[in-house]
Amino acid sequence: MLEQHEKQDQPVSRRNFLKNSGLVLGGLVVGGVAGSLLRTQQGPQQPGAATAPAADFNQALMYFTGEQFRVIEAACERIFPEDELGPGAKALGAAYFIDHQLAGEWGFNARDYMQGPFYPGEATQGYQGRLKRREIFDIGIQEMNNYSNSLEGKKFYELTPEQQDTVLKAFETDEVKLTTISASAFFAMLRATTLEGVYSDPLYGGNKNMDGWRMKSFPGNQMAYTQIIEQEGLAKMEPLSLRDHQHG
Amino acid sequence: MAKKLPKVDVVVVGVGWGGGIIASELTKQGLTVVGLERGKERKTEDYFMVHDELRYALRYELMQDLSKETITFRSKPSVRALPMRSYGSFLLGTGLGGSGVHWNGQTFRFLPYDFEIRSKTIERYGEKKFPDGMTIQDWGITYDELEPYFDRFEQMAGISGEENPLGGKRSKPYPTPPMKMPPALKMFAEATKKMNLHPYMMPSANLSEAYTNPDGVSRAACQYCGFCERFGCEYGAKADPVVTVIPVAKKTGKFEIRTHSHVRRILHDGKKATGVMYTDVTTGEDIEQPADIVVLTSYVFNNTRLLLMSNLGRPYDPNTGKGVIGKNYAYQVIRGGAIGFYEDREFNVFAGAGALGMTIDDYNGDNFDHSDLNFIHGANISISQTGQRPIGNNKVPAGVPGWGKEFKAASIKYYTRTLSVGAQGACMPFRHHFLDLDPTYKDVFGDPLMRITFDFEEQDRQLAAYCADRCGEIIKEMGAADKIEVNRKLGPYDITPYQSTHNTGGVIMGSSPDTSAVNNYLQMWDAENVFVVGASAFPHNSGYNPTGTMGALSYRAAEGILKYSKSGGGLLV
Repeated sequence: MLEQHEKQDQPVSRRNFLKNSGLVLGGLVVGGVAGSLLRTQQGPQQPGAATAPAADFNQALMYFTGEQFRVIEAACERIFPEDELGPGAKALGAAYFIDHQLAGEWGFNARDYMQGPFYPGEATQGYQGRLKRREIFDIGIQEMNNYSNSLEGKKFYELTPEQQDTVLKAFETDEVKLTTISASAFFAMLRATTLEGVYSDPLYGGNKNMDGWRMKSFPGNQMAYTQIIEQEGLAKMEPLSLRDHQHG
Repeated sequence: MAKKLPKVDVVVVGVGWGGGIIASELTKQGLTVVGLERGKERKTEDYFMVHDELRYALRYELMQDLSKETITFRSKPSVRALPMRSYGSFLLGTGLGGSGVHWNGQTFRFLPYDFEIRSKTIERYGEKKFPDGMTIQDWGITYDELEPYFDRFEQMAGISGEENPLGGKRSKPYPTPPMKMPPALKMFAEATKKMNLHPYMMPSANLSEAYTNPDGVSRAACQYCGFCERFGCEYGAKADPVVTVIPVAKKTGKFEIRTHSHVRRILHDGKKATGVMYTDVTTGEDIEQPADIVVLTSYVFNNTRLLLMSNLGRPYDPNTGKGVIGKNYAYQVIRGGAIGFYEDREFNVFAGAGALGMTIDDYNGDNFDHSDLNFIHGANISISQTGQRPIGNNKVPAGVPGWGKEFKAASIKYYTRTLSVGAQGACMPFRHHFLDLDPTYKDVFGDPLMRITFDFEEQDRQLAAYCADRCGEIIKEMGAADKIEVNRKLGPYDITPYQSTHNTGGVIMGSSPDTSAVNNYLQMWDAENVFVVGASAFPHNSGYNPTGTMGALSYRAAEGILKYSKSGGGLLV
């Protein structure tokens, strides 16, 4: 019943959008971004380009070793598993997303205050360690394998899904005692980055084919919702990504 | 040896709302103004790729680089203050437009009660109403005196709204009509009306329709794209300094903006400022900019920090209660809200605007009787539809695990089936809540970081619990919520979860130099040619977003600076 609006809620075309949105005031275009959209033209399609299934060149490792990647990919999939609703974190490329994030400034804590002196603080004072995120992942992954080995004599990714959940729960609740990092803080970071990999714009390597957004009825990068903002019930829309913004 | 530049009339430190308003008002009257901005230039075209939750909301694209400068925090003096190493509780803006770029645009006026809070509370409840250590004071200005400046800020920004039935008197209606009303807001309005409360549309700087302001600046209407807070507006629909006051100042030919210019000291002779010293961060060169008038218009923390680093004004001492710079740091009590989960209704939660909301003030200020309550003031209670993005919004009912199959199903299901009613609580100042220079941690130049000493008090906990119950009643009345969760409990202040970028105080205004740092023109009592503009002037924080009041005070300060400049000196009050 709520789906009845589906047909009329097609994403706004850029031309209609500009016509309808009041961006043009007496012939003067207000707002630089919208102005540049006016000049945007779709280039002609290359013959054959549409038919060849393109390899995803983004799916290569920038930071993790193959071993580390297998652990993270298996863990992400338990955090956000494939089910009847749709793909899980693995198919959505969340592990590639995490790999790529750790390779860049976020992995290096480039914009965080990392000067000493370092003291253990109260919980309300936030993270006070000297390790960078990529180092925390290195240790956390190693410890996941160590713990899996101590339980079952196997690597984390060789365990059954139920056994993997047991390991993850042990990290989540600090049942695993680590000396270098906080197991629960590592797990929280792993969970948060998994969700980022599931739901961030596909340009970062996760949310493959925007299927994370599709499952959640999030329409992605839409120019405007003026047409549905007052509407009752869910407006189903095909999502758009930032790639839909022509920037040439 | 710093390079010394030719003297100018006025130097403005930080070019956000405060700096932009001061510059536009002063240059229109013929003064020459130099604006020193530590960050980079910004323009609307920068936001072409702005619909990127990861980059802007979670990696803080528009915020200050904490590797260069942060703050330190402790709950009380016996605890060692430690640096805020990554973002959490609040987000510090930087660059042209400052925090005025990444705000939501919720533009309230503080209540008449706020400006005379001490007198009015004593009048109604007696002095015993104040708990030990609460240092509230009157602002040295009344609502009626400030009203014309509220109006000027609202006309400039094009605020969209309707009259608040429980607010102060208005001389003029809002310049543009309220925003559109989505179903969730209608439900809130109907429920609160039924409860004999007084709902009104949240005053919005997002612009309900195309608008040309008194300065001749035209802006387009909001498109409800759902990317407002933490983002810049790609339409220029959200009022920010870059699309309103800064171009007006530039057009006069009297305003020179120097970006990448990090002011590190106010230069002075003990009585008056002679200029400022700044570092050009692109070359590392130290430069002296002499000026007749120095206006501090950076964020709360840097206004306070610059004064303390420059030995200007009397530093606050929490042990004696004497001194004023760093006094009355306050925040916002955000905990205290209710969530409703709906089984059979879905909402377009992804659509919205930063200031799209419906709100009541029945439990704000002294609009309700506090005789039998163990707190003063209250909260603005509202429902808002700011646009919920998918990484940051994964609410599940209590009892559902935080990950795995069940989490996935519930977080997807309830993404479009959850509404929340929230309370934005006032925060009263206490003698032991203050700002000073950290003795240990330094910024990238080797200057001391600002140190915050702050925690929530029993006043805050009582306020949060009371308002949470009111939120719960409203969401219940909004019907169909099969599961309702009320968050009554306010724990200790924690710097890690995001709460609000509504930090206030440190350079507070008042009617006496004994208890305040600036007068009601935001002119320093101890240095007559220094004006300190911002929410740093608030003696306490109200149950509202601060920008509307901060903007009004900026226009008031601009008028004071013009008066001071024409009269040739002296204190204005």
